[in-house]
This record gives sequence, C-alpha cells and structure tokens, in this order.
Amino acid sequence: MDNTTPSLAAGKRRRTLLLYIPMVIFAVIFMFPLIFMFVSSLKPDAQILADVDNIRAFLPVGDISFDNYAGVFDRVPFWRFLLNSAIVTVLIVGVGLVVNSLAGFALSRMEWKGRKLLLTVIIATLIVPFETIAVPMVYWVSKLPTLVFEDGMLKYDFGWLNTYEVMIVPFIANAFSIFLFTQYFSTIPTSIDEAARIDGASWFQVYWRILVPLSGPAFATVAILTFLPAWNSYLWPLMVVQQEQLRPVMVGMQYFFQLNTAWGEVMAYTSLITIPVLLVFLVFQRAFVSSIAASGVKG
Amino acid sequence: MTATSSVDTAVAAQANPAAARPKRRGKREGHIAAYGMVAPAALLLLLFLVIPVLLAFGLSFTNARLISPNAPRFVGLDNFIRAFVADPTFIRSLINTFLFAVVVVPVQAGLGLVLALLVNQKLRGTTFFRVVFFIPVVTSIVVVSILWRFMYQPDGIINSFIDTLTFGAWENIAWLSNPSTALPAIIVLSIWQAVGFHMIIWLSGLQTIPEELYEAARMDGASAWEQFKNVTWPGLRPTMIFILVTITIAALGLFVQIDVMTQGGPVDSTTTLVFHAVRRGYREQQTGYGAAISLIFFVIVLAIAMIQRFLTRDKD
Amino acid sequence: MRTGQKLAAAALISALALTACARAGEGGGSGDGDGPAQVTLWTHSAGNPAELEVYNQIISDFNGSQDDYEVVSESFPQGAYNDAIVAAAASGDLPCLLDMDGPIVPNWAWAGYIQPLGISTDVTDALLPTAVGVWEDEIYSAGYWDAALAIFARKSVLEENGIRLATVDQPWTKDEFDAALRTLKSAGYATPLDIGAEDSGEWWPYAYSPMLQSFGGDLIDRDTYLTADGALNSPEAVAWGEWFQGLFAEGLASNTGTIGNEEFNRDEVGLSYTGVWNALGSLEAVGDDLAILPPPDFGQGPKIGGGSWQWGISSSCSGEALDGARAYLEFSFKPEYVATFADKQIVIPATEEGTELSEYFGEDGVLRPFTELTQFAVLRPETPAYAVISTTFQTAAMDIMNGADVKATLDQAVKDIDADIENNDGYGF
Repeated sequence: MDNTTPSLAAGKRRRTLLLYIPMVIFAVIFMFPLIFMFVSSLKPDAQILADVDNIRAFLPVGDISFDNYAGVFDRVPFWRFLLNSAIVTVLIVGVGLVVNSLAGFALSRMEWKGRKLLLTVIIATLIVPFETIAVPMVYWVSKLPTLVFEDGMLKYDFGWLNTYEVMIVPFIANAFSIFLFTQYFSTIPTSIDEAARIDGASWFQVYWRILVPLSGPAFATVAILTFLPAWNSYLWPLMVVQQEQLRPVMVGMQYFFQLNTAWGEVMAYTSLITIPVLLVFLVFQRAFVSSIAASGVKG
Repeated sequence: MTATSSVDTAVAAQANPAAARPKRRGKREGHIAAYGMVAPAALLLLLFLVIPVLLAFGLSFTNARLISPNAPRFVGLDNFIRAFVADPTFIRSLINTFLFAVVVVPVQAGLGLVLALLVNQKLRGTTFFRVVFFIPVVTSIVVVSILWRFMYQPDGIINSFIDTLTFGAWENIAWLSNPSTALPAIIVLSIWQAVGFHMIIWLSGLQTIPEELYEAARMDGASAWEQFKNVTWPGLRPTMIFILVTITIAALGLFVQIDVMTQGGPVDSTTTLVFHAVRRGYREQQTGYGAAISLIFFVIVLAIAMIQRFLTRDKD
Repeated sequence: MRTGQKLAAAALISALALTACARAGEGGGSGDGDGPAQVTLWTHSAGNPAELEVYNQIISDFNGSQDDYEVVSESFPQGAYNDAIVAAAASGDLPCLLDMDGPIVPNWAWAGYIQPLGISTDVTDALLPTAVGVWEDEIYSAGYWDAALAIFARKSVLEENGIRLATVDQPWTKDEFDAALRTLKSAGYATPLDIGAEDSGEWWPYAYSPMLQSFGGDLIDRDTYLTADGALNSPEAVAWGEWFQGLFAEGLASNTGTIGNEEFNRDEVGLSYTGVWNALGSLEAVGDDLAILPPPDFGQGPKIGGGSWQWGISSSCSGEALDGARAYLEFSFKPEYVATFADKQIVIPATEEGTELSEYFGEDGVLRPFTELTQFAVLRPETPAYAVISTTFQTAAMDIMNGADVKATLDQAVKDIDADIENNDGYGF
C-alpha cells in the first residue's frame, strides 16, 4: 500500500514520528477497559475489588486462573446465547444492508414523487430513542399477525412475542443507515448512471453492478454501525422474549448480577462476548482499505 | 430532469433495439423502480417506528398507566402543563440535556476527526490503532459505565493519576457524588466511549475523497495544512453534516450512563430528558406522563435537527 | 428489472397465504386433551444455581407425585425480571405461577394482574407475617422465606473500643450508635460504617426507610394511604434526613464503595449495615468474632424492612391449570423445602418447622440471631402507589446524602407522591 516516493526520507521520518506519538497516547487511553476487563476475568472477586483503585487493576498479578470462565459456562448456556445473538445480528445487518442501501439509492439518485417528503420523514425518525417507544412497541408487536407451522400446515396467529423475528424485523430498516447511504451515494457522480442507462442497464443493475462495488466504505460503515446495537440489544429482547433458548448474549449478562455481583464472571463473560465484535470490526474495516483502490478506479 | 431522462431513453432505445418501448418508459419505469426500492424500508419504518411513535403521542394526552385497572382517560394538555409547571426535575433534565449536547457535539466531532486523520495515514500499524480506538465502542456501555464508576471514586484511579501528575497537590474529588462534577465526569466518559464510532464515520468520508485530488495538490506544492483545507475539508462536507446530526441526536438521547452511574443524581445534576421519560413512564408506570415527556423531547430534537440542517445547507 | 412489481406480487401472495391458511391453535390444541394439564411457572432465579436447584427439585417432586398436572418452568435473571414481567403483563402474556418482590404485590393485585391465592389457610397462617402479601384483606402471595438486615461487627473491635454489645432486648440508642461511630473513626477507620449507599434501586427504600420509621417518620400516611404529607416530611422525618446527611458529611459512612460486604470482611470498616445473605461470607472471613446486632433504636424501636420474593397466581390462570397452580403451591411449602431454600440462599425460613430443620437457622445454627430480628420487620406500604413511592424516596434520600436541603427535598418528594396518588384517583382508598 505504501508507495509514496522515497524522497525527503528524513522529513518523512520526523513526520511519521509526530503521527505515532499521539496515536500511542490515544491507544493507551482507549485500551484500558479491555485490559482491565481481561485482567479482571482472571482474578477472584475479592481481588478485583481490592485492586480496582490502583495500578494492579491492569496487571495480571496475584491469584490468576481461568476459574471465572469455567463459572461462566456453568451459569449460563453460553453457546446458545452466542448462537442466538449471531442469528439475530447477521440477519439485521445482512438484510439491513440490502434494504437500506436500496432505499438510499432511490433517495439519492432517482427523481420521483414523494422523494423529498420521504427523506424528511426518515430524517425525522432518526431522533427517536428506542427507550421512549419501547412500551407501545411491545403492545404493538403482540398484536401483529404471523405465520406458524403447526400440525403439518401453515397457519396464522397473532403476536410476535417469543420469536426470532420479533428481535430482527423491527430493526432491519434503519433511518441512520438510509441517511448514510443517501449521503454517500450522492458523492458519486450521476454521469455513471446515465452512461449505464444509455447502455440499457435497468436501475437495479445500476445499483447492483455500479454503485455497490463503488461503495465499500459506506457498506462497511453501515455494517459496523448496525452490528453494534444489534449485538448489544438488551431492553428489547428482555421485554419480548421469555424463553431462555431465545435469549441473546446481553440479557445473559444479567445472570451474573445477583444479590452480590459475581464480578470475575461478569468480566469473563464480557471478554467472551466482546471478542466476536472485535473480529467483525477487523473484517469490515478491511473494506475501508480495499476501497482506496476502488476510488482510484472511479476517477 | 424530465427532459434529460427522455433524451436518455430515446438514446437508450436507439442503442438497444430490444429495449425499445414507448417514449415515456424511462420516467415511468424510473418511478416504479424507485417505489419498489424504497418500499421495504418505508414499510418497515412505518410499522416499527412511525406507528409506535404515534401510539406514544396518543398516550401523552391521557392519564394511561402501565399497570392499572382503570381505563385511560383523555386529560388534554395536563401532562404537558405538569411537566413545565409542577415537575422541577423535568426542567433540570432539559437544562442538563442541553449542557451535555453543547459540550459533547463539538468536542466529540473534532476529536473523532483528529483520530480519523491519524489512522488514515499510510503508515504501518494503522489497522492496529483503528481497532484500539474502536475498543470502547464495542465494549458494552453497561460494563464501561460500571468500570468508570469505580475509577471515579475518591480513592479511584483517576484521582490517584491526577495526584501523580500534580505531584501531590491534588485533593481527591468524589466525582460522581458532587453536583458540580458529576455531569462533566459523565461527559468525559461519554466522549471517550463514543468517539471511536465517529472516527469510523469520518474515515468512511475520507475514503470518498479521490487520491488524485491529493496528488494534484501535492504537485502544486500544497502543504499538509493546505491539502487539508482545500481538499480534505470540502470533501468531508456530507460526512460532517451526518456526524453533527448523529452526535447531536445521540447526545440528546443520553440514558444508559445515567441509569448505571448516577440515577439522575446527585440532586438532579445529571438527570436527562430520556432518563426522566423512562423513569416516569416505565419505572413509575406513569405511561401517559412519560409519553408526554417523550413528545416534548421529539419536538425539541426535531427543531434542533432542522436548525442544524438549515445552517449546514448547501450554499450553492 | 421491475423490483417494485416483484415486491407487490410477493406482498399479494403472502396476503393470500395469510387468509387461506387457518388460525394457529384452532382445532386440536395442546393441554386440554388426555395428558396432564400444563402449569407455567416463572422464577427470577436464572444465574442463581443454588436457588434454581431447589425449584427444580420441588417441581420434579411435584410432577412425579401425581398425574393431573405438569409444572413447566422458565427462569429469568433477577436484574431483568421486573422489566420482563411488566412487559409480559402489558401484552397479556403472563404465566400461571410467578414470583415477585413483596412490595409490588398490592400494585399487581390492584391492577388485576394477579388473583387471590386461594390456597389452604393452614399454609399461609404458618408463615411469617412479612412473607404474606395482602391487598384488601385478601391473600395474594406467599413466600418461603424473608430476609433481614442487621449490623455486622467484630466483637474484638467493639471490646477494644469500649463499645457495648447491643442486644435484641437492649439495642443501641441513637446516641450510643453515633458515639460508637465516632469512637471507631478516631480508632482509625476512615469511614467506620458501610451503610451500602453505593447500591441503588429497591435497596434504598428497603434499607433506609426502616431507619426513617424508627425515627418516627414514614413513607406515607398509613391511616389513609392518600397522602405522604405529615409522614415523609414530618419533623421526625426531617430529623432522620439530617442524621442521614450527617453520616456522610462527617465521614462516618461513605457514599461510594463496592456492593456487598467485602469492606467489612477485609476490616476496612468497623460496622456494616447489611443483609442476612452476606452473613455466611462474613462468618467465613471473621469466624467466631462476628457479632450480628439489631439495628439501632432511633426512638420508635429498631426497625428492619420486611417482605421479600413471594409467589402469586396470575389472573389469566384458570380451569385445570389454576387447580394445578394451587396444588403445586401447597405442595411446595413443605418444611424441608422451606429449610432448603433458607440454607441455600442464606435467608430466614418463613415457617417454624422450616426453621427447626434448617442447618444455619435451627436451634444451634450459626445464623440463629437473625430469626430474632424478624420481630422488628415493617412492611413497605401496601399500596399500589408504592411503585412511585419507591423511586421518589430513592431520589430524595440520595439527594439528602449528597447535601440537598432536607426539608425542601422531602417536601418535593411528598408533592410527587401525592400528585401520583391524585392522578390515580386514590388507588381505590
């Protein structure tokens, strides 16, 4: 990737150093929760509480073991929770990318009646914090029709409670995502579409063959931004899902907050559920880098 | 646009005889395709956002309770009057929410941009730093809040750190128990937690700026600052609007940190609109009143978002 | 590519499918056939293996003991339970049997979400009065145990500092207690009392409203249940507030720290105001030196909070399932189960027979002193308004702790509570 000309080597080295110093300082500031979390996950509760006010909180010293991890697997059906969160998150992110980018495409690059109005409505819906509509939402989804498979045939019923779809469908369309796609797509010159349309491409083909490949950073950003709330969702699954076998990881965290919190196990559990998020982030952030090449093609 | 598209269609029809259709095809097909493309998102938003919001609005004019044997009764504007006249905590919530946003929006946006510029450099290890800066964002906010509560204790690590920096001149503060430091303490934690998120958005904006523009600028002998001013900043305009809107909205919606760390105290110094709405509407089961607070909140945020859009509108 | 048309077609097909197929659950149902009637049960015990084990034992014993009913359980983590259960109530999705925290029982009974228990009075009469939930003279809930708060101390520390060992018959007075704290502070404890102020939520009214009551104040006027005026802002209540505020201002207690009893176990505080559930841990840490003392008498005698998790039956439970729910509850109050709960959870057995069988609370049990404390138990006000009283008191007490003007804070709390009661037309009082 680094193919700048090797001239002015000394100046470049000084500049490099100047860039690394702040990055390292920021890195230290941003790192400590993960270090604290991981280090504490190896300690017994009493020691975590004793160490919390000094530097030992960040050092794996004292009574170190993997007991807390064993405790986690004893206390919660961890793999089940992880699977549930994976199903819910993958579907919200995956289906969401398609649905929201299609809407963003139509809103940014096509001219049609009602476009301005819809854009305004979508921006207005950005402002709704979920906590404030949670109660009417529960009532509402408990009245929605659904299809169920029963006695060998498809039947309908009312009420979405206790299902996967109640954790997924309401979060697929996302005003933030649509807004981000709209913004991003509008930075790409419309002359490309026009040329393709002249070649006989349908609008969908313009979207799929031209805009999508050019929009790596937007897709990566939206994927990351929708992944996080989906993975971290807590209040909603708590309210609409009662069976243990459907619970996601964040609800599982509550298993450790009894009369006296099992801090070591909380830290072990959070370490376990944070790792998948970091992995996903690593994967998607590559899309940023690879898109540098894409933007070169584009010009 | 109409003219252009019919020209396009005419040319398209010529170039591809198989696709030859009546003249108006382009526009009408464009319309239908556009509706098809927005339909799934629009339908879902209608079902799972607009309708619940309207339900909440309806409740705000009643005395509905979460748990009650009595049917809700229409009470007109009682709930709204109560908020402004008889609920001093609501007024404090309003003030605190604004204070929080006024500090967080510029600081978080600026710091996010600095981080994005740093990790956008073609240097070894930027992937590592990107991941590191993103760590607070991916760590559960509940855990983060619990952790910072420990650190803000009088004998906690933050006090002992400042003590070391000032060679012992520092007097320990119970950050979260002091009405004048509690909100600033939560501001610091919140920026720390969320800034990596906005770094990512800035970064995606930076990636949209074609490399050739920088090359051209460099060939003209532009300094790093001039490159930033003339190439980067103008290219970041759409991103900036997005960032401002999202940070403002997130800041105004402050809830979890308050819920975990201070419960709105000490002496109402950290209560916020959403926290207050949840407390009244859900914890205290006063659904109607909670919905009224939510409605006031929506109106305020919508007004701010519109002002922001007006101020940052494209001047061309 | 006509995306729009495709979508429209898809929507049409699914709409047709919806109308063409039958409503689920119609024709050939489950449960009303030949098999045993299913009785659904929710607990707040997920993540608490000790408690869950007892429930599973009782349920399998019950299911094995007869063929008419089958109890099916689902457990929730405690921190999430109330939110989950309120949501289920709002959407009409409650199970037959559910457990709930004592103080919300009147609220639920008033709202019609639970029905009178209807089990044999032989069972409920044998229980501690604070383990039974009553609303309008009907019993709505019953529990296997109750908790109790006490002052934990080290006998050696008290002796060294010349502090009298308080007893149930002769508890510390306010002056004695204050003097003891000052003595311990000068003996080197930075904050001599761990009062638990770092905790939040229901702990606040549970732990500190008994102190208010011992001073002579209360959360609400218990004669009418229509106002908090004259109770929560009475001169006695203000005296409580000023004393409480002084604890923190003088550094006798800390408003930070860690939840639990670690500070006491590590000898960082001289006295700890905490619950029976921490007693075994402290006994391990301190051994014979541990003294379990009644809370001080601030004027009206020592008081502790009463009423803990109890079982109720939802209103939607009917027919065979309702009979099953009652049969299960009667079955579950056997002395050996009550004793097992107490010993696994370290809480006080709700029946005398259970107490005798208990390892820790029986005749020679190491935690026997706690059983004597239950005589001081006061229920939190049995009114549907308690949901608001609880959060209002919590906010007010926290503000007082942090230095707010006591009288003004309590006056505002009274206003908030009274406004809520008025909005609900007195909650039926």
